[in-house]
Amino acid sequence: MNRKAGSRLEKVLASGRFAVTAEIGPPRGPNADVIVEKAKILKGVADAYNITDNQTAVVRMSSIAASRILLDQGLEPLMQMVCRDRNRIAMQSDLLGASALGLKNILCLSGDHQKASAGGKLKGHPGAKNVFDIDSIQLISVVRGMRDEAVQDSGDSIDAPTPFFIGAAWTPLAPPREFRVHRLAKKVAAGADFIQTQAIYDVAAFAEAMARAVDMGLTEKTAILGGIILPRSAGMLKYMNRSVPGVVVPDAMIQRMEKSKDPAKEGRQIFLELIEGVRAIPGIKGVHLQAIEAEHLLPDLIRDAGLLPRPAVD
Amino acid sequence: MIIAEWKPISEIVEKLKGHKKVLVAGCATCVAECAAGGEREVETLAPLLRMAMEKEGNSIEVVTATLERQCEPEFVEPLAAKLIGVDAVVSLACGIGIQCLAEIFEDTPVYPGVNTTSLAIREEPGVWGVRCEACGACVLGETFGLCPVARCAKSLMNGPCGGTRENGACEVNAEVPCIWLKIFERAQARGKVDELLRFQGTKNWSNSRHGGQKRVVREDLRT
Repeated sequence: MNRKAGSRLEKVLASGRFAVTAEIGPPRGPNADVIVEKAKILKGVADAYNITDNQTAVVRMSSIAASRILLDQGLEPLMQMVCRDRNRIAMQSDLLGASALGLKNILCLSGDHQKASAGGKLKGHPGAKNVFDIDSIQLISVVRGMRDEAVQDSGDSIDAPTPFFIGAAWTPLAPPREFRVHRLAKKVAAGADFIQTQAIYDVAAFAEAMARAVDMGLTEKTAILGGIILPRSAGMLKYMNRSVPGVVVPDAMIQRMEKSKDPAKEGRQIFLELIEGVRAIPGIKGVHLQAIEAEHLLPDLIRDAGLLPRPAVD
Repeated sequence: MIIAEWKPISEIVEKLKGHKKVLVAGCATCVAECAAGGEREVETLAPLLRMAMEKEGNSIEVVTATLERQCEPEFVEPLAAKLIGVDAVVSLACGIGIQCLAEIFEDTPVYPGVNTTSLAIREEPGVWGVRCEACGACVLGETFGLCPVARCAKSLMNGPCGGTRENGACEVNAEVPCIWLKIFERAQARGKVDELLRFQGTKNWSNSRHGGQKRVVREDLRT
């Protein structure tokens, strides 16, 4: 089969095996060792690792640099790119650079708004000027043009195509829920090879959304990976349910965490059940797993979910 | 209309240090409508400025004038008579009005008394909401009369981001609706959701400030 990018993630999906991705947040500093340490912990547990792009609009090491550091450790990066901070000139330039550095997976995102995001102890940069020259769906289309036709958005050629396996996000349960599958369809039509979803806690509601995607033939054209975030406390689940748009946590799950004498253990159990539940949904091709600020827990969890070892690819 | 908001008086006072006679100039159009720089605001600000300057040990004489339109030279020129002896102007007009004054009365410093913030509509008494960004490539025909450039925090062109709250508000500002939700609802009400499925390609921003300093030339109207 003709590969679009030849990335490990692409090969795993193309072979029909269930894919696993995880996430590594770059450090708020210039120290490459932070990524090297995380790489040591997470090596071999996922097919690709999302490297976030200044998530929550907090300045971190660039996603391109962090991705390359990860690649040097023998892990496959999935570089995230948001539309908040760069115009189409900078983004295409960075795509050329990322490709030259051997990066093969990209996740195209609109990006967290600089005013809405940074919270807690961090100030972020709410006074920054944002860019949003293009949106995430246009970015997908731009990357596809560079890969499939070796052209820039303007129509100017580039001297060789940039082989990227193109990803996008899907928030199936945010309002307007009826439109969400259509927005997914737009992303697929624009060129999204794979999709990572917003965190799923309500498996039944997600299964309904997936059924629509299957009906529309979208799961034939793109590989959907269900997003699952490790629940660590009832408070965290309440916060996500209340404050993270598109995340719906069933009351029963919150109560279960509240009643538990060992919420950490309960959260791990729920995590495994979510993986099992999502995996059983027709059309699902993999899972995107996150343990926020607790990445070290992932290897055991992924093993307990029966997802290790990760398949070898040629 | 063009929306402006008062600057803190302390910021204006800082600029007026050393001046002796100041004109506070209002405008009776947009900034009057949004209660930032009309006659009422001019007459409110004038004594406040006088007192604040007095407190700083810098007594000033303050005179006032509210022009019908501060952005049109023919309305601004007659102000010359009032400027005799005036060594600084505080304008409560939008940025256009402020510069119109400054261009016509080149020798007199003109300080802004307001920040010009948006092209907006009065949504209810005392509440104004942005409607236009003057992007130079209007998409209202594709978006059912609701502007995503101005009203989506990320100016998205292909539908809502994942940040639509459960109650329909935008994640960036809980006080405003997700405009893409509104666009979808309007499309749905008209049975035209299909039109929202069309891919909107990258936007040409060059007919706005991104194309360099905007200047409109109409040969048929030139003299």
